[in-house]
Amino acid sequence: MPFIFALYPHPPPFLPVLSDLPAKILYCRCAFAQAVPEATKNAVLEGLCESGVSFESVADLCEMSARKDARLAEILAGDEPVRIAACYPRAVKWLFHHAGTPLPDDGRVEVLNMRDTPADEIVSTLLSASPSPSTAP
Amino acid sequence: MKNEIHPVQVILYEGNGAEPWDRGCRLSVTTSLLDQGYSVLRVTESAGGGAAMRTTAEIPVIVLGRFTGPAPEIVDGTGSLRIATRDTGALGAEEILSLVTTVRDELGAGLNRPGQTGAWKPWFPVIDYDRCTNCMQCLSFCLFDVYGVDEDKRIQVQNNDNCKTNCPACSRVCPEVAIMFPKYSAGPINGEQVKQEDLARESMKIDISSLLGGDIYSSLKNRSEKAKSRFSKERSPDKALDERKRCLTQLQQSGIIPAEVLAELDLSSLPSPEAIQRKAKELAALREAQG
Repeated sequence: MPFIFALYPHPPPFLPVLSDLPAKILYCRCAFAQAVPEATKNAVLEGLCESGVSFESVADLCEMSARKDARLAEILAGDEPVRIAACYPRAVKWLFHHAGTPLPDDGRVEVLNMRDTPADEIVSTLLSASPSPSTAP
Repeated sequence: MKNEIHPVQVILYEGNGAEPWDRGCRLSVTTSLLDQGYSVLRVTESAGGGAAMRTTAEIPVIVLGRFTGPAPEIVDGTGSLRIATRDTGALGAEEILSLVTTVRDELGAGLNRPGQTGAWKPWFPVIDYDRCTNCMQCLSFCLFDVYGVDEDKRIQVQNNDNCKTNCPACSRVCPEVAIMFPKYSAGPINGEQVKQEDLARESMKIDISSLLGGDIYSSLKNRSEKAKSRFSKERSPDKALDERKRCLTQLQQSGIIPAEVLAELDLSSLPSPEAIQRKAKELAALREAQG
């Protein structure tokens, strides 16, 4: 009996969903420019790939914001915490706003700055069990 | 160059009914796909007999997995998705990347490729509305119609694609440090927290008294001198004016702007309060006329 993938823009309530995860993780590759140090973004991605967690990764949040990509709203959908590894929290906050999908201001979203923070610290926070309020944008 | 292509989403499925990928292969495939412009969702958890994954209408999806049984049945809850599922079996990273390219072609999906010569670059101003006071300086300073106003006469970035790559001039002259270019190298333009030295907002604004009888030219000169000494390196009206002029000159050299039009522009100073008000009113009226 084959198992079934159900692909929905919003998961229907009767299906168990991946959003039951403790935190949703979003990694930005900053592929359209080299604003984030190569070594840091590589090390963070390696840490995520070596972990057992699900995560979402995108080529470039700025590029998605410019296009007002509907995917950004899907990433924020749900009630679970969201951890974003990208660049300066102020920039990320307003990039989402620019895309028409403002970050919720209830502390559910943490932005981790790969431009300034060591990779091991970022990986550790991304994979930790509880959010650290100081990183809220 | 406009950027209107939705990226393909690749799902690396390692949940129930599939074997995990080799560590090296997973990292190599994910890195390469991201660098090529794809979005990648790695799924490890099983969720009972099935798994619901959030996808987005219009964005093509490629599901890859080392499936232990028959290829999974796909249920498209939107009715509008282009979906392909492939069993990667024992394929190596290079073969998987080739497979993705083939499947993307089969789906007829485009891709914005980062780093290609002439390719679009996500360079545009992002407004920090926690700081913005709606003074409209950026609206008047930018001569490329990047800015506009919304129905509430609030400043907004209206035409991303008009912005000149690597020109952060409007950010340099924003009195409230409210404009960011996240791809820029230095703060506060890149979105770094604003420091006290970045805030010398009074010298970014025209001295009204000079307009009412004083010498505006010496006032502008003095303001420029003050700015040099008091501002952080990146917050510089002179730099901004030079950058704007350079962009316009490039357009003139490309034949997009006639030389006589360029010659008529005052490129040596920041817009006056009158000019700012005039442009803001014009745009608000235009906005109203458009309904």
